[in-house]
Amino acid sequence: MRLNDIAIFDYGAGNLYSLKCSLERNGATKVSVIKSLKNIHKHDGLILPGVGNFDPAIRSIQPYRSDFNNLLEKNFPILGICLGMEMLFNNSEEGKLEGLKILNGRVIMLPIKKVKIPHMGWNNLEIIEKACKILHGLKDGCWVYFVHSYHVVSKDKKVIVANSQYGGTIPVVVEKNNLFGTQFHPEKSGINGAKIIKNFLTICGGKY
Amino acid sequence: MALAKRIIPCLDVDNGRVVKGINFKEVKDAGDPVEFAKKYSQQGADELVFLDITASEQKRDIIKNVVRNVARVIDIPFTVGGGIKKLEDARDILLSGADKVSINTSAIKNPELITELMSIFGKQCIVVAIDVKKNYYEIDPKETLKDNYEHKLKQNKHYWFEVMIYGGKERTGIDAIKWARKVEKLGAGEVLLTSIDADGTEEGYDLELNKIICRKLSIPVIASGGCGKPIHMLEVFQKTNVDAALAASIFHYKKSTIKKVKQFLKRNNIYVRI
Repeated sequence: MRLNDIAIFDYGAGNLYSLKCSLERNGATKVSVIKSLKNIHKHDGLILPGVGNFDPAIRSIQPYRSDFNNLLEKNFPILGICLGMEMLFNNSEEGKLEGLKILNGRVIMLPIKKVKIPHMGWNNLEIIEKACKILHGLKDGCWVYFVHSYHVVSKDKKVIVANSQYGGTIPVVVEKNNLFGTQFHPEKSGINGAKIIKNFLTICGGKY
Repeated sequence: MALAKRIIPCLDVDNGRVVKGINFKEVKDAGDPVEFAKKYSQQGADELVFLDITASEQKRDIIKNVVRNVARVIDIPFTVGGGIKKLEDARDILLSGADKVSINTSAIKNPELITELMSIFGKQCIVVAIDVKKNYYEIDPKETLKDNYEHKLKQNKHYWFEVMIYGGKERTGIDAIKWARKVEKLGAGEVLLTSIDADGTEEGYDLELNKIICRKLSIPVIASGGCGKPIHMLEVFQKTNVDAALAASIFHYKKSTIKKVKQFLKRNNIYVRI
C-alpha cells in the first residue's frame, strides 16, 4: 500500500485535532501539522483547514507563495476547507489582504437580511458536476455540515461542482485539476464527509 | 433543500463519566462519554453538547481527556461547556478537539472574553449559554414601564426575563433580551437559551422566551429546558424561529430515540436530517 502522508497547514488559529483524527480514521498513514511549505514535497497532499480569520491566515501562508505555486504546477493535491477554500480566491469581505488568487472570484458575506449568520448546521449538496473527483460516490441532496459567514462568488463557473441553498444559491464545492475546496466541513459531516476525505486521500495516493 | 433544524442531546459529565440525575436530585453514573457520543451520533444526533459538572478545580484536566477521546471517534460537531472561566480554559478545550465552547457565568463576569475568544478562534466556536428565569413584578405596571426591561402582561402580573448565573442559583439583574443582543454584538456565534422555569418540568420549552430572543437576534438560537416528549420539539420549531432543540432526559431515559423524534418531526413537515 502506498503511503498517504497528509500535511495540514496551521495558521495558528485553533482546533486541527478533529481534522487530524478524521484523516487518520479514513486511512491517512501519517498526518503532519506544518507551519511552513518548504518541505511540502515530502508529503502526498496538503489541506488548508477551516478555522481562523482571512487576513491572519493569508499572512501566515504568504511567505511560501512560490512553494505554493510550485505545488499547483505539479498538480499536487490540495484541499481547502471553508476559510481554506475562500483563501484560494482574489479577496474577501472578511479581510483587507489579497487572497491567493488561484481561482478567479471574490468572497462576500451571506445575505444578513435574508438568513441567520453564521450559516450553521446541516444542509444539502446540489451536485452539478457528477463527474467530479472529490464528490465521487456522493448522492445529490446528501447532508453536510456548515459553519460559515462568508461565501465565494466564482467568476469561473466551470470550477463549481456543487451548490447549496442558503439565502440564495451558493457554491460550496470547487474543483480544478487536483485543487479542491469545500465551504462545509467534511471532517464534521458524518459518513458523507468521510467519503470526501477518502476521495481526497485516494487522489493523494495517486490513483487519479 | 435547505438548512435542517438540529436535534442536540446534552450530556452531563462529572469526573469524566456521564451522569444522570434521578428526580433532579440523586446523580447516578451512567457510563462512558465516548460510548454515549458514538451511540447518539449513530442514531442521527446533529451535534452533541457535553456539560462538565466536575466541581473540583484540580480535576479539570479530566475533561480534556474526555474531549480528546470523543474527538477521535465521532465525526459530528460537539460543544463543551461548564467551568470555562478564562481564555486558557477555552483554548485547552478547543485544542483538545472540541468544535465549540459554551460559556455562561464567565461571559457575564467578563463579557470581553467573548470578543477575545472570537478574535482568536472565530465566532463559530463561541456558544454563549444564557440561563433565564421569569421575574415577576408585584408593583404598579405603570411604574415598571419606566424601566428599560421588556415585559409582558400575564395574569395581571408583569414579568421580565432575568439572566441567572452559577447554574441558575444567582440572580444578575440583567435583562435576558438585552444580554442576548449584547453577546451577539460581542461576537458570539450562537446562543444556547435555557429556561430555568421550564427546565426539569418536561412540559415543553418556554415558547415565549424562545420566540422573543429569536426575533431580536440574527445568530442561531438553541432552545433548551423543558423537553419531555417529541411534541415539545415540534412545538418549539413550529411556533418559534429557533434553529436547534437541545434535550437530555427524553433520550437518556429512552422515552424516545433521536431517530424517532426526527421521524416524528419530518412527518409534521419540519425539515430535519434523516
